[in-house]
Amino acid sequence: MKFFKNELVVEFFEDKLAVGGLIIFIFLCILALFPSLFSYQNPYDLTQLFLENSFQPPNHTFWLGTDEQGRDIYSAMVYGLRISLYVGLASTVLSVVIGYTLGLISGYYGGWVDTIIMRIADIQLSFPAILIALIIMALWGEGIGKIVIAITIVNWVYYARTARGVVLSEKEKDYSQSAKALGMSNLGIIFGEILPNTTAPIIVIATVRIANAIILEATLSFLGLGVPITEPSLGSLIANGYQVLFSGYWWASVFPGVLLMVLIISINLIGDRMRDIMNPRLKR
Amino acid sequence: MLKYILNRLFHSVIVMFVISFIVFFIMFKAGDPVQLLLPPDATQQDVIEMRHALGIDQSFIKQYEAFLKNVAKGNLGNSFVYGQPALDVVFERLPATLELSVLAMIFSIIFGVPLGIIASIKPKAWYSKAIMFLSLSGISVPVFWTGMVLVLIFSVLLGWLPSSGRGEVYLFTSAFTWDGIKHLIMPVLTLSFFQLALILRLTRTGMMEVMMQDYIKLATAKGVPRRVVVYYHALKNSLIPLITVIGIQFGQLVAFTIVTETIFAWPGTGKLIIDSIQNLDRPIVVAYLLVISFIFVAINFIVDILYTFVDPRVRV
Repeated sequence: MKFFKNELVVEFFEDKLAVGGLIIFIFLCILALFPSLFSYQNPYDLTQLFLENSFQPPNHTFWLGTDEQGRDIYSAMVYGLRISLYVGLASTVLSVVIGYTLGLISGYYGGWVDTIIMRIADIQLSFPAILIALIIMALWGEGIGKIVIAITIVNWVYYARTARGVVLSEKEKDYSQSAKALGMSNLGIIFGEILPNTTAPIIVIATVRIANAIILEATLSFLGLGVPITEPSLGSLIANGYQVLFSGYWWASVFPGVLLMVLIISINLIGDRMRDIMNPRLKR
Repeated sequence: MLKYILNRLFHSVIVMFVISFIVFFIMFKAGDPVQLLLPPDATQQDVIEMRHALGIDQSFIKQYEAFLKNVAKGNLGNSFVYGQPALDVVFERLPATLELSVLAMIFSIIFGVPLGIIASIKPKAWYSKAIMFLSLSGISVPVFWTGMVLVLIFSVLLGWLPSSGRGEVYLFTSAFTWDGIKHLIMPVLTLSFFQLALILRLTRTGMMEVMMQDYIKLATAKGVPRRVVVYYHALKNSLIPLITVIGIQFGQLVAFTIVTETIFAWPGTGKLIIDSIQNLDRPIVVAYLLVISFIFVAINFIVDILYTFVDPRVRV
């Protein structure tokens, strides 16, 4: 694959900030993959929560304090990280697959298929993304699966547009034309020839948009329309803690918020560097 | 030009028509607002009467037809909750929302563009790197989190700024009274943090791309002063993509007031829409979305016109 050519990888590692972001991101992924190894309480298991432990400030037993139900904030954060990452990755993969496929088809075939897909995209883009997701979640109810679908519905448009733009220029190039002359089927050309040549921009956009998806999830959860507190994401933990912020229990919302920030900054550092490397106009 | 404008107008009307239909349908399917409007001890008779009074006891087609007839008269129906025309309810709160959005946008441009230019001139300098890292945190921080941290610092810990409400309003805005300004500071900062970072980054990328172009090298080689090259030739050309983004982002800002207004209990349309979705107040939701998409359409239109002024190569 073009993307993993050595010089690009070498160029990536030249930027210390980006490498730092990558290390933090990998570390957070490990935490999220094995939450039970890194925490001492399972926030899903209500029998482990004791009300007499409620609103403990950070101390030796509860490193980052507890919330009103005696939920250990640190443990809940590790599990919440898992949910946030899962929602971000799952919705991004789904929207890339759906958006990219529709975009490729739309750009390659043109005609009424193109018109329909792009009109839907236009209508969707005449609204702020958060508003669409908000309406879907408000009427459909909370849930992790639902929020993944809601974010996918919002985000596929961006990939579809990019893919369509790329395909329009690629299909005129010699390699696609010769594949056509050799009698290759349309689908064969789209997925066998054009797709492998257009993955680089998509990977870059996808990296940046994972961060966006995580922010969107957190925002919806903060508004009480995302992931329920019984299976908390970082966003729902912040929302939960925010309700008691004015009573002085700052730890319940501040720590999950800081972790969310670190997560998104690390992803953006990686995405930024990738975008710089991929941008030929910044090359001397 | 006129043909272009009419074409765009026609297109927008169709888009808004489709939007109204989809939203109307979704809200129709979402449930019965009467259950939420009446007290729990209401009799069956009350429910039937109320459904009839609101006109939601009819079939979907009939209701949509009634809606379209109303639209022809410039009316989007009466709010189920407030009993007033939905458009009036939305317009009554729109100034508060636009106030936040406009101030946040102005603030972001005033600080974002110059900082972006500074970071682009010497990208390897320490201050450029510091600016870039700060801007990266800017685009990485969710709006609600910025708001929360500000509230924690300036309201809970220091007690300097009020954490909710709009304060004293004079001539549609709080910006003319001291009390109003104190109420405005945190919501505007919250809303502009992300935008400022985004505008800063786009200015920088745009400037750096333009500075590599041959005509900049030519201007420098010709002996044009550095200041003129940067602030006239380069900036002018890197403004072009920026205008589009500022246009699009203004629409996003209006949407993100939903979050900001929730945090600061700001009496604008953002709070209204959240409440109305939860109350299944269909006329308000439809009216709000139509107003928002109209603002979007109008902004895109203005952006296109501005384009022709900034970039003479573009002909509409």
